[in-house]
Amino acid sequence: MSTILIKEKDIVTPGEVLAEGMDYLPGPNTYRAGEKIISKVLGVAFISGRAIKITPLAGPYIPKTRDKIIAQVIDIAMSGWRVDTNTAYSAMMNVKDATTRFIKRDEDLSKILAIGDYVVVSITKVTSQNLIDVSMKEPGLRKIEGGRIIKINPQKVPRIIGKEGSMITLIKNKTGCEITIGQNGLVWIKGTPENELKTQQVITFIENNSHTPGLTEQVEKLFK
Amino acid sequence: MTYTKRLDGRKADELRPMEAKAGVIPNADGSAYFRAGKTTAYVAVYGPRELFPRFKQDPKKGLLRCHYGMLPFSGCGDRIRPGNSRRGQEISMVMEKALAPVIDLSAFPNAVVDVFINLPQTDAGTRCAAISGAAIALADAGIPMKDMISSVSMGQVDGTILADLNYDEEAYDGVVSDIPVAMTHNTKEVTLLQMDGEISKDDLIKALELAKAATEKVYEVQIKALKDKFTKK
Amino acid sequence: MISNKETIIKLAKEGKRLDGRPMIEYRRPIQIETNISWTAEGSARVQIGETVVMAGVKTEINKPYNDTPNEGGIMINAELLPLSSPEYESGPPGMKAIELARVTDRGIREAKAIDMKKLCIESGEKAWFIIIDIVTINDAGNLFDAAGLATLTALKAAKFPQVDPETGAIDYKHKTDESFPLLKEPLPVTVYKIGGKLLIDPTSEEEKAHEARLTVASDEKGIISAMQKGGESPLTIEETAQMIDLALDKAKFLREQMDNSLK
Repeated sequence: MSTILIKEKDIVTPGEVLAEGMDYLPGPNTYRAGEKIISKVLGVAFISGRAIKITPLAGPYIPKTRDKIIAQVIDIAMSGWRVDTNTAYSAMMNVKDATTRFIKRDEDLSKILAIGDYVVVSITKVTSQNLIDVSMKEPGLRKIEGGRIIKINPQKVPRIIGKEGSMITLIKNKTGCEITIGQNGLVWIKGTPENELKTQQVITFIENNSHTPGLTEQVEKLFK
Repeated sequence: MTYTKRLDGRKADELRPMEAKAGVIPNADGSAYFRAGKTTAYVAVYGPRELFPRFKQDPKKGLLRCHYGMLPFSGCGDRIRPGNSRRGQEISMVMEKALAPVIDLSAFPNAVVDVFINLPQTDAGTRCAAISGAAIALADAGIPMKDMISSVSMGQVDGTILADLNYDEEAYDGVVSDIPVAMTHNTKEVTLLQMDGEISKDDLIKALELAKAATEKVYEVQIKALKDKFTKK
Repeated sequence: MISNKETIIKLAKEGKRLDGRPMIEYRRPIQIETNISWTAEGSARVQIGETVVMAGVKTEINKPYNDTPNEGGIMINAELLPLSSPEYESGPPGMKAIELARVTDRGIREAKAIDMKKLCIESGEKAWFIIIDIVTINDAGNLFDAAGLATLTALKAAKFPQVDPETGAIDYKHKTDESFPLLKEPLPVTVYKIGGKLLIDPTSEEEKAHEARLTVASDEKGIISAMQKGGESPLTIEETAQMIDLALDKAKFLREQMDNSLK
């Protein structure tokens, strides 16, 4: 006889037993030990059919191909730039992936992107050792100018974007700011200083209350 | 003379009052404050992050590194000169071994998770407080962990087995054994075991059995600290 | 860590900051607690915004220095703990920690804040030596002001430990009722210049964008006991005078905060 020991949206801790019995399946961030399904992280429990999964409340961003991230140039090599991805792994952007225009052989790369510049890029490749390649060639990818960049908990990115972008659209409409969210937990905000600050405060609020019910209503109240 | 009544009036299996809080250091990826009696510890976790020197990198998984340090004004007597002490280095190493069995860093090859522990005031049981606090901070940082680790210093004074020795008991003029223990929560397996003093094998095993209940009390404080972060307004 | 340097400078030119604060205001909350370490003879924890610093006082009895046989001594150390920021590593103090310790030290020492003669126990033989250790718990900028405030508060709250009358040994576990002989109460305030404008209590990001800074330690009467200029840009004499005025004014505010917490 299988028993489930937690409810949907319960906050669970590492090692917490979620269910007993072979009827349940270990979803992401859980594992099975004998008949028990146990949480591997501090997070929120979700039950989907027979699978129990935990959405972490904290933790590092795991780089994936096709993710859009915000990175910072930390080094210039012969073939391109090395960028800090806000993870334990830096990434390489080859000259040919930076722009569609032709780059001459001895062109000064620092004139295109200098150390310290922030860029919005897409991850094109991740190896098993977490060597990462990024590209800035697609539309919407570019060097960042002006505004401010803030660091958020990467696990909260989906909540800040919202279902089909609903949350981020709400914030953009209310503040008039350009907002670019990197999956790696960096967010670029550009508008008037007052609206940038408001956007930052709203995002921090969402981070701190992501697990509470009625989040959208709470956020709407922040704009009244 | 047998030590039957504890100096601070506690029962043999009674731990000192404990207090813990998660997420106390905003700059850190995870953090905790842990107190057992008059021993307090701040813990901060940074990582996974790039590991230097490169030769220490492990292509199969991330490295867990603990850095334990008592603050200069935290000793019961003289000021403690700042800098790496051999005691501090050994404690850092046994802490790593105490936490390693449950930490899963396979998703972070070549990286390091640094755990920094500093104690502003101490009254024995420092490595136990450090380990218990570190487990909270690692969970707070979202590091994958199969289980929590809880730690308490068991002991024996003049034949009586006790939980959570304080400094006066450790320094008691009699036959004393100081036994720091750390255990996993689910399986009650031992991940830290040290002993100094004089003790028979039977008494040591008795102490470990009693440690199961003692570490469970620490576990409750650790879990509350983590959950309170998300339920308190 | 993130650097919004260009935006910070641009905003500062307009008298604005990223967090919307006025240029001359401290972050909130400001929290000052004493006796946060029972093993220290005196201690304090200071929080300004997200910056948290602790100071602990320990005492020793030693032979006085040869050139001051009737005086005790004071020493101030600072450690930027790796737990307080991803930028700090374990190891001996770097330049930032050394500067923090020495500037805080001079603020107290040069003000002659402590009556060193009253620390003498036996001329040429025994005197009290006071050692203050400043440690960072979370470095979110403006360590100078937080450290100075923590140091002074810890000194004010400290009590001499008991001394065994026969052996002369210090009994650290028991304190007397006797406070340290404090003559003055100096506090440092650091004024920063960013985008040509002056501000106080910078965040870590703002510190990274500064052109120049001036730390001014002053006592209750507004007498300056120590100063330190930092940063790579020069200051005109007029700017220096403005920064001193601002620092003296803000010291009054910090002093109020300290007095309120010690009630």
